Amino acid sequence: MSIDEILVSVAGLGLIGFIWWFFFGKRQAAVNTVGDEVEIIVEGGYKPSVIEIPVDRKTKLTFIRKDPNSCLEEIVIPDFKIKKYLPIGERIVISVTPKKVGEYDIHCGMNMFHGKLLVTKLNI
Amino acid sequence: MKVKKSFPIVGMHCASCARLIERQLSKTPGVVSASVNYASEAATIEGDGQIATDDALAKAVESAGYKALLTGELKGGKTEKTIEERKEEAKKRELQNLKIKIIVSSILSVVILLGSFPEWFSFVPYAFSNPWYLLLLSSIVQFWAGKDFYLATWSGLKNRAASMDTLIAIGTSAAYFFSAFGVLLPGIFEKYGFPMIMYFDTAAVIITLILLGRYLEARAKLHTSDAIKKLLQLQAKTARVVRQGEEIDIPIEEVKVGDIIRVRPGEKIPIDGKIIEGVSSIDESMVTGESIPVDKTAGDSVIGATMNKSGTFLFKATKVGSDTMLANIVKMVSEAQSSHAPIQRLADTVSSYFVPVVLMLAVATFVLWYVFGPATAAFSFAFTNMIAVLIIACPCALGLATPTAIMVGTGKGAEHGILIKNAETLEIANKVKVTVFDKTGTLTEGKPKVTDIVEVYRSSFIVDRHRKSDERTNNLRTNQVLRIAASLEKGSEHALGEAILEEAKRNKLEVEKVKDFKAISGKGIEGSIGNTKYTLGNRALMKDLDVDIESAEGRVQKLENEGKTVVFLATDKNVIGLIGIADTPKDSARGAVNALQKQGIDVWMITGDNERTAKAVAKKLEIKNVMADVLPDEKAEKVKELKDLKTDYRSRVVAFVGDGINDAPALASADVGIAMGTGTDIAMESAGITLLNRDLRSVDSAITLSKSTLSVIKQNLVWAFGYNVILIPVAMGVLYPIFGWLLNPALAAFAMAASSISVVGNSLRLKRVSL
Repeated sequence: MSIDEILVSVAGLGLIGFIWWFFFGKRQAAVNTVGDEVEIIVEGGYKPSVIEIPVDRKTKLTFIRKDPNSCLEEIVIPDFKIKKYLPIGERIVISVTPKKVGEYDIHCGMNMFHGKLLVTKLNI
Repeated sequence: MKVKKSFPIVGMHCASCARLIERQLSKTPGVVSASVNYASEAATIEGDGQIATDDALAKAVESAGYKALLTGELKGGKTEKTIEERKEEAKKRELQNLKIKIIVSSILSVVILLGSFPEWFSFVPYAFSNPWYLLLLSSIVQFWAGKDFYLATWSGLKNRAASMDTLIAIGTSAAYFFSAFGVLLPGIFEKYGFPMIMYFDTAAVIITLILLGRYLEARAKLHTSDAIKKLLQLQAKTARVVRQGEEIDIPIEEVKVGDIIRVRPGEKIPIDGKIIEGVSSIDESMVTGESIPVDKTAGDSVIGATMNKSGTFLFKATKVGSDTMLANIVKMVSEAQSSHAPIQRLADTVSSYFVPVVLMLAVATFVLWYVFGPATAAFSFAFTNMIAVLIIACPCALGLATPTAIMVGTGKGAEHGILIKNAETLEIANKVKVTVFDKTGTLTEGKPKVTDIVEVYRSSFIVDRHRKSDERTNNLRTNQVLRIAASLEKGSEHALGEAILEEAKRNKLEVEKVKDFKAISGKGIEGSIGNTKYTLGNRALMKDLDVDIESAEGRVQKLENEGKTVVFLATDKNVIGLIGIADTPKDSARGAVNALQKQGIDVWMITGDNERTAKAVAKKLEIKNVMADVLPDEKAEKVKELKDLKTDYRSRVVAFVGDGINDAPALASADVGIAMGTGTDIAMESAGITLLNRDLRSVDSAITLSKSTLSVIKQNLVWAFGYNVILIPVAMGVLYPIFGWLLNPALAAFAMAASSISVVGNSLRLKRVSL
């Protein structure tokens, strides 16, 4: 193996490791506990992306999309049968009243960006 | 009347636009205060709604050079529609932009391609092949046409997420920047021995093809929500309301519960209500799928968005805004379209790991080719194959496979009056092996009807004893039995009595005056017509009165064996007539049962009636399995038992079909609950499928729809998975050692664009399923 081949191999392995770490090695997103309402910024994902909300209570989720990426134009919360178009720069309010404790996925129309609703027995 | 209104404004491009509009709005008569928000592109005004009309406000905004979206989006229920409409507008704009980009980048790509291979295209002027010239052209494609890929990649990377844009951006950037460095810094290339190859053509062609794919995909996707659009378009825009004796046309959003509305022939009924005056025939097919127009008169309910055909009538609004049946249907369909089918789970999981894995594979491809590839051109092999891997991978097809099919499938159902609550139901319905029908009200009309009139003993009342017993006299005589029975029952509210009166009315018989009327509780009634005393009642009553029923026993038995209830008409201790009453099967029942049996589905009937009655109906409908004497609250239990009945060690998927009012527990406990509903009642909550058209044959249609949708989903998934599983390794070059095959990156772009379009196209095929 020539020197350049060794270099390419090492760099390649390093790059694969970096990709792995970059996408899969991210620390668990911080859990944001909210009561009645929360504002979620849609920009290359959802901020905050993990939202803890109380069971059996109405919580207002306000989505504000700032990202022109058409992937993010729709917000989908399948377990609550919600699919909504998010016009750029507009506040779109979605109210949910979860009936069961659990983890519910939030994702974009093409299922590439993800967030989570953690429904717990919160006492707020 | 002071009101507060908010409405979107289109066309603002800076904060000063907002101030300008604000000023114009404040100057409008009737407006007390106005504020315009640039960020949310909306205006809010407070003022007198009578003076500051929508028209006046729209004109004010227009005079400032912008456009206000004012038509009807002010009421709560309407916001949704506005967003939908705006989404459509945004989509159209997006498509328009894409189109321009595609046209420009196609022309540039062709020129770049011609210039990149002067050895193939000898007719091309030499100047076209100038590297600086190629760099300029491909920069336009890369950063103008391909701008969105970069924007999306960047916003994703900030959150350590990757999407399909990431793959395109990285793939084309690799090709573009490598070539650009070659042009800008040839010295470095020579120094380190990089091959002087330019990939401008590759980058440009990939971007053009992917954009073209996006354009076609977006256009096809617009049609997946056609059903909802069609439903929304059904809505009438105005209603003719009677106020203070005057009829005025007002926007539909302003109609209130209790308003009296006039509808003339050929007009749409604006909202749900009850007819208070007039008669008409109404075509409800657009909402319920029921194809035959229904005759309606005072007291009957009408559904908004249906068509009034013949008469003029007045009705009272009972439901407005988001409470109407149409609004409920739209809500249900769009909810179903946003739910996930269980079959999607695997694709969902895969797509969340997909892009990073492809990125790693691309790097691995480069390394492997660089190290093990042909020594002479290791770099160029490694480089093009890496790009091919990045470009060929198509997570989009995976993401689109199930949702697009569900959207088209549920929409198709709604068009035929089959409302599907969620994707899961649509998925399970195709596995139904047992269908349980509730008898009363579902298989049958739910209303007793006179089925037989038998004349037993003639002498006491024969109309014309000297005539031969031909058909006409027979009719006269049976009519006589019916006339006497109806006269006695006049004013009765008992179900059997009503059936007799209904039959008399149908035959246009006039009832006679009855004297000495007496009701015998639980048994029957008696009374005199002229000088003759008649008794009408059940077997027990006849026994009490010592009436000789011996002579009629044979015919009574026959009727009872057919599941009919027999009412005896007697006079002077003689039975003179028998009336058989039964709840008759619906016209569509037998066809529906047959169709299901043909699909290999076991059909059961469940009822609270006694076994004899149940069996008689079952026989008529050719149903072999009957559960009789089941109390209403036991139905759910019985459905569970059927679910647990295992054949081949597998439990069977059971569907329950009920009329929805009292069958909620059974509907909920079945795997698939199918309610014959009106679209507003609670049954929709407990049932997975609601048949708005109340046509039993739709049970079979729903199962057929489920089967076709599932098969389309499976085809899509096989295609999407297969495509990636086969073509990614091909792009990596696994076929090279055997056949010497490699995948050209431009070809990869073409395949990738074709793959997501074909998935959407396959889903759209569901529109043509015949139900």
